[in-house]
Amino acid sequence: MRVRDVVRLSWGTLIRTRLRTVMLLLATAIGVAAVVMLTSLGEAARRYVTAEFSSLGTNLIIVLPGRSETSGSGLTLLAGQTPRDLTVRDAIALERISAIDKVAPVVLGAASVQWGGLEREVPVFGSTASFLEIRNWSMERGQFLPPGDPERPSSVAVLGMKLKAELFGDTPAIGEWIRIGDRRFRVIGLLATEGRTIGIDVQDVAIIPVASAQQLFNTESLFRIITSTHSREDMERARDEIRRVITERHQGEEDITAVTQDAVLATFDRIFGALTLALAGIAAISLAVAGILIMNVMLVAVSQRTAEIGLLKALGAARRQIMTLFLAEAIMLSFIGAMAGLLVGQGGSWMIGRLYPVLPLGPPAWAPIAAVAIAVTSGVVFGILPARRAAALDPVEALAGR
Amino acid sequence: MIELAQVHRVFQVGDQEVHALDGVDLTIAAGEYVSLMGPSGSGKSTLLNIIGLLDRPTAGTYRLNGRDTTTLSDDEQARARSENIGFVFQFFHLVPRLTAAENVELPLVLAGRAPVDRRPMVETAIDQMGLNERAHHRPDQLSGGERQRVAIARATVMRPGVLLADEPTGNLDTTTGKEVVQIIEALHTAGMAVIVVTHDPQIGGRAERSLTMMDGRLVEDVRRRA
Ligand SMILES: Nc1ncnc2c1ncn2[C@@H]1O[C@H](COP(=O)(O)OP(=O)(O)OP(=O)(O)O)[C@@H](O)[C@H]1O
Ligand SMILES: [Mg+2]
Repeated sequence: MRVRDVVRLSWGTLIRTRLRTVMLLLATAIGVAAVVMLTSLGEAARRYVTAEFSSLGTNLIIVLPGRSETSGSGLTLLAGQTPRDLTVRDAIALERISAIDKVAPVVLGAASVQWGGLEREVPVFGSTASFLEIRNWSMERGQFLPPGDPERPSSVAVLGMKLKAELFGDTPAIGEWIRIGDRRFRVIGLLATEGRTIGIDVQDVAIIPVASAQQLFNTESLFRIITSTHSREDMERARDEIRRVITERHQGEEDITAVTQDAVLATFDRIFGALTLALAGIAAISLAVAGILIMNVMLVAVSQRTAEIGLLKALGAARRQIMTLFLAEAIMLSFIGAMAGLLVGQGGSWMIGRLYPVLPLGPPAWAPIAAVAIAVTSGVVFGILPARRAAALDPVEALAGR
Repeated sequence: MIELAQVHRVFQVGDQEVHALDGVDLTIAAGEYVSLMGPSGSGKSTLLNIIGLLDRPTAGTYRLNGRDTTTLSDDEQARARSENIGFVFQFFHLVPRLTAAENVELPLVLAGRAPVDRRPMVETAIDQMGLNERAHHRPDQLSGGERQRVAIARATVMRPGVLLADEPTGNLDTTTGKEVVQIIEALHTAGMAVIVVTHDPQIGGRAERSLTMMDGRLVEDVRRRA
């Protein structure tokens, strides 16, 4: 039999049993579309997080209180150990390391910000002048925190644009006195930057000098210290130096974690990669289900078309040919279904992309290929049993309708 | 061309054995016109199916064109069927979703013939059966007689040596039945061997050779001059 004839005959059957065909196509299409859309979401999440991290700034080493397993992700804190606090003096000590360019100690808390009878609870960062450059942020208006001794408090504040708009509306804010918690601060600048950092909306924060924040939140300890190196090549050396300096200052105990941005990125990359794979796996199950459905329906088709199979044998068809015909039907069903699923999946991804423009949607390259491959493979695998059954039919009994 | 020697066919029904064929010896030459009669259940269809290679004897030998068929593989058997044998059934057995012409084309498709070779062969077969007007009709748009003519066209499109017809008129009224018999006889005149199973003595009597079966045995073999 010629391939063209096999396709033509199978196609004819599919067309004739339209409802059955549409149902099976749907089952396969949903499976493939699910793989494409779910992996596309997982991949979008990965790209989104990666992009967020890259926007933090370059050549960063983040120093966190608490020792952690540095071998793996660099994020899992060792349980059961109360770490020594990181202090502003630790930060000052780090500035002396030659490989390090800038150091910004960070205190983080939440406080209410008031002006003219309006009040808003926002995250408050305490830091130094270096924070702006390290973070790659920019100013809309006015100045950032002035350089100076980080241990001296000063009553100045920088506001995000959203916070400014909520409190001041169109009124100019620079030079105004606001109240943060129980203290008064003068607004000296407005941040231009948009976006999020560690889950916080940058437009909705207040930034004050680190010593002032320590007084405000009544704490000596830092949330973290962010440092930047002169170049990418300095990262390794700087990290070792940071560990050495802090260990020296902490009575010989290495009770901090120095995370490079690369390590964080790699971790998230891995987490989201695994997530995408898991989603793909779940979706692939629906493909197997579609395969089983195809098998069931093909088995029914075999018993419905017994007489026809007997006839084909009487007309000179060998077992092999009967198998080919039935397998071709199953494969065509799964292949066309897979193609329809690809279209639907891409369309769905596109629609989600329109609804949530921040998500960089698009499935990883392997996903559509894998989905189609799995669909067609399941068509073959689950088509074999019905095809064999058809081929094994006794033509005499088949023709007699017994 | 057909040589059967001591052919048995035993069916196992539950724990009972049914001897559908019980030692049949039969030789049919090329181009013969043979009718096969006998009471219901006497084994006529079983014999025809074995001759047509749709069934295998439980014991005995069957040689087709001098070749022992019992040792053939499935592929070889299908080849032999495709090249040597045409089947016509009581219930037509047309594929309902294919047109008359497509039904006739099926054996050529299964044999892997190229589309260019197929077209003239299909046209000739359809034309011979007087089905030109009906070539592109589906079976459900055809009368019983037309359907059986399509089936005959399909059985003969590969120009087989033998045409096997199992009660070809069993489902037709007398007039259309007569037409179908005339068509079959025309094929015989053109050189094809024909074996017709029938319950109608009038039809059976028209053949040059009449076989009668009873309880799985050949009990009568009558030849008459044409
Ligand atoms: N597949 C089968 N399984 C069991 N018994 C069978 C089978 N096929 C035929 N038989 C038995 O073999 C015997 C001969 O059957 P066969 O169909 O050849 O008879 P027949 O002469 O063609 O009868 P009819 O004129 O009714 O068509 C019958 O007793 C039948 O019941
Ligand atoms: Mg019969």
